[in-house]
Amino acid sequence: MSAEPPPEPSAPHVVPCPGGPLLLRGVSSVRDADGVEHPARRPVVALCRCRRTSEAPWCDGTHRLLAHAQAPTGHRAP
Amino acid sequence: MPPSSTLAPAAAPRPPRLPSPRGPLGEAVVTALDADPEGLSGSPEALGRATREDRLLTLWTLQELHRGGFAGVEDDAEDAPGVVALRRRLEQELEARLRGRWLSRAEPTESAQSAQSAQSAEPLGPAGPPPGAEPGTWAAEAIDGLVAADDGPSLARFVQRRATRAQALELLRLRSLYHLQESDPVAWLVPRLPVVAKAALVELQYDEYGAGDPARLHHHLFARGLEACGVDAAYAAHVDEAPVEILEQVTTVTMLGARRRLRGAALGHLAAFEATSCVPSRRMAQGLRRLGLPEEIGDYYREHVLADAVHEQLASRVICGALLEAEPQLADDVLFGAWTCLDLEARFAGRLLDRWAAS
Ligand code: FES
Ligand SMILES: [Fe+2]
Ligand SMILES: [Fe+2]
Repeated sequence: MSAEPPPEPSAPHVVPCPGGPLLLRGVSSVRDADGVEHPARRPVVALCRCRRTSEAPWCDGTHRLLAHAQAPTGHRAP
Repeated sequence: MPPSSTLAPAAAPRPPRLPSPRGPLGEAVVTALDADPEGLSGSPEALGRATREDRLLTLWTLQELHRGGFAGVEDDAEDAPGVVALRRRLEQELEARLRGRWLSRAEPTESAQSAQSAQSAEPLGPAGPPPGAEPGTWAAEAIDGLVAADDGPSLARFVQRRATRAQALELLRLRSLYHLQESDPVAWLVPRLPVVAKAALVELQYDEYGAGDPARLHHHLFARGLEACGVDAAYAAHVDEAPVEILEQVTTVTMLGARRRLRGAALGHLAAFEATSCVPSRRMAQGLRRLGLPEEIGDYYREHVLADAVHEQLASRVICGALLEAEPQLADDVLFGAWTCLDLEARFAGRLLDRWAAS
């Protein structure tokens, strides 16, 4: 048998979501710019990158309300 | 009712009573389930005379036999031949109607189309990921496109600003048929998924089920919120109040979750549900606080602001992406499920807001 075994699937620890948050998998807390520690209470957390959340540092879905042009990292072809 | 910050450890599930029939089909089925489930015909004579409401409540009743059952109905009624045959027939009808709506849907508006990426500028529908596209990115963009194009009315916005206390409580009772079993239909999908999608779905479900803490389990949070409002939180306590649109929502989510063939649509439905949860949940929490309703019910919605900010990304990008990586032929079903979720909610919201406006 010469076929290569398929690569083991794995879940990345960081998943950037264009236009939205950064997902972090398996962290116990997040430290913000002021040095404040925020405990992570779920297996995956979403960090806000649009700066419009009212639940900082977490994403609260507000990025969806932003016009596309204002989204943090546009995912459309230029 | 005692406060229930945790589940009573040995609390046995309390099965609901059979619902009040809404027509001749329901009459025939409830009578048979009560007396002799084996004697139920798979195509009762009443079928020809049954309205959509009668059919959907009957389907809900038959589906519930597989979940928690009913007080006074034998446990093995769930696979009595007539139960299985009639459920199958009613689900085929439901699926055909939903697919018909999906195929005849209005094309997305200009602005919604431009909210999609250049890559997915293909018409929505039969098209799947183009060759070389990363399935997670494709799924997230295609589902976002449907969500952006959704111009259905918003119950959450109404509750946030204008609803009366009685209207808000009515909405909570009507939602209870869904929220008190939230995530359960999706749990049936797990054994039917390829490995990466399976791991990803269970990661999301672990959070829905409280990450090991029953006090954080989402449908229990909703039950606790109802109790704090003085509303009966027993499962299906308010089914007799549910309009046809609610019955269509709950029978659809159960059908999608319980049918291996419909796994793509089930995950698309999940993704659209999660993607339309964060902002509406915040509006609900604000409205319930404006009305002075107990914090416990707001807690259910506040939990969903943060949880679903994560879940919406996981469901489309990670879970649907992994499914389509392994089974790209399911792309259209994923979008069908997502669109159906949005459409069913728009129908329910339209119905309730019209009724409230008229009163
Ligand atoms: S990235 Fe979601 S609210 Fe900022
Ligand atoms: Fe939830
Ligand atoms: Fe969720």
